[in-house]
Amino acid sequence: MNDLIRACISGDVRAAARLITRLENGDREAYAALYRLKDHAGRAQVIGITGPPGAGKSTLVDKLIAQFRTRGLKVGVLAVDPSSPFSGGAILGDRLRMQGHATDPGVFIRSLAARGSLGGISKATHAAIRVLDAAGYDIVLVETVGVGQSEIDIVRVADMVVLVSVPGLGDDIQVIKAGIMEIGDIFVVNKADRDGADRVVREIRAMLEMQSQLRRGQTPDTLIARAPEFLHHAGLAEGWLANSGNESGAPGEKESSATPEAGTISAALIIPPVLKTIAETGDGVKELADAIFTHFETLSRTGELERKRLESIRYQLGQFVSNEIVHLMSLPELAAAQDELARKVFSRKMDVYSAGMALFHTIIEQGASHEHPQA
Amino acid sequence: MERKIRVLIAKPGLDGHDRGAKVIARALRDAGMEVIYTGLRQTPEQIVSAAIQEDVDVIGLSILSGAHNHLFPRVVELLKQSGAENVLVFGGGVIPEEDIPFLKSKGIAEVFGPGTPTSKTIEFIRANLKRPLN
Repeated sequence: MNDLIRACISGDVRAAARLITRLENGDREAYAALYRLKDHAGRAQVIGITGPPGAGKSTLVDKLIAQFRTRGLKVGVLAVDPSSPFSGGAILGDRLRMQGHATDPGVFIRSLAARGSLGGISKATHAAIRVLDAAGYDIVLVETVGVGQSEIDIVRVADMVVLVSVPGLGDDIQVIKAGIMEIGDIFVVNKADRDGADRVVREIRAMLEMQSQLRRGQTPDTLIARAPEFLHHAGLAEGWLANSGNESGAPGEKESSATPEAGTISAALIIPPVLKTIAETGDGVKELADAIFTHFETLSRTGELERKRLESIRYQLGQFVSNEIVHLMSLPELAAAQDELARKVFSRKMDVYSAGMALFHTIIEQGASHEHPQA
Repeated sequence: MERKIRVLIAKPGLDGHDRGAKVIARALRDAGMEVIYTGLRQTPEQIVSAAIQEDVDVIGLSILSGAHNHLFPRVVELLKQSGAENVLVFGGGVIPEEDIPFLKSKGIAEVFGPGTPTSKTIEFIRANLKRPLN
């Protein structure tokens, strides 16, 4: 296992791929070896690409890879697709849009099946990100499954999230619903040559403007009264409200994020940019890449990046502990203990609470004396 | 715990018909395998590079253009060069019977012609994996 890790760190593609497979299969030795690395993590910039099925995420990723490559950056891609709830199999069909990069030694593309995870990514995704980070990729793009409104696990593992929508998927109420619309750091309206593209852009901008105002302490009544103002400003794209004090970019094309005066406005109040792209032709993708790097600068400068990475590590530690407990419960001794306790409850010799606590304590004791994978 | 079998379905060469490839991909998916489809017009280099990054157990090469005698052995050769020898390679599509012995001599484990029941391909894969399932 250590040879595999060493090879992976030195950039060996086969080793990285084999390690990812082991992690996907829940190989505890692989997790132990990977997570023992202290110095080979935290370098890569992790970008989540999410949005509904058919939005054009894979095609956009394909074009983004090219953008990053022209800047001399090594790119790793993890593309997640759903697994069949019936057969457990999957068609992993994102890669085919990116195969133009297959023989570029600076690009690594790996397809992952969700394997039952319903949050948009797979259980092993965060570990796979670490592998690519350790292997020296500068950027790691994580493309989620086609999501609906609630699948937001990407937020836990990425430094930033690009939300890709397309025209024709709903009205202004859709845009203000909770969940997916809250996690975008950059919003992209792809297939922007279609009818309704400009309307979607305006609706998203109006929603983001309102969100920003709410966070600055404006009351809902004031906001409702001012709603026409928001829509007007969002449509024109050249006047922000008086107290934002910034100018936006050229109308109709791209919205620049409101840049805070140094240290005075927190990152939470920055309005995310809303961009139009036509991924198939590559239109607007360079601007998207620019926006991504601008956002990384903002995240670093405001300390947000550190905060997010700390959150991500907390999440990983939680996952690690959960996995350990699941593993312990699968051991014969514990399965037997669980069974025995269940029978006691069934025959009313014990109540559920006492049985549950007894099982819990058995797990803790078992965990303390259990042999863990060695380095 | 039994792991998932990962299969790369690839279309080497210049033909543009992939219904067969999609049918087999779907069947393998229904049999519980994780199937990566490369899309059309792949070079052997693209195929092997994908196979390595995806760490697949199996490669299925689908071809209708007649270039199999050149392209299939080339894929096997590149796999060997990359140190990825424990990948099972099979072929499908329009491949004349008389070419099959040559292809097998070059490392193609089996060729499944049009009309082969997908169950046969699935059974073959399960019986001939070069890496254990556990």
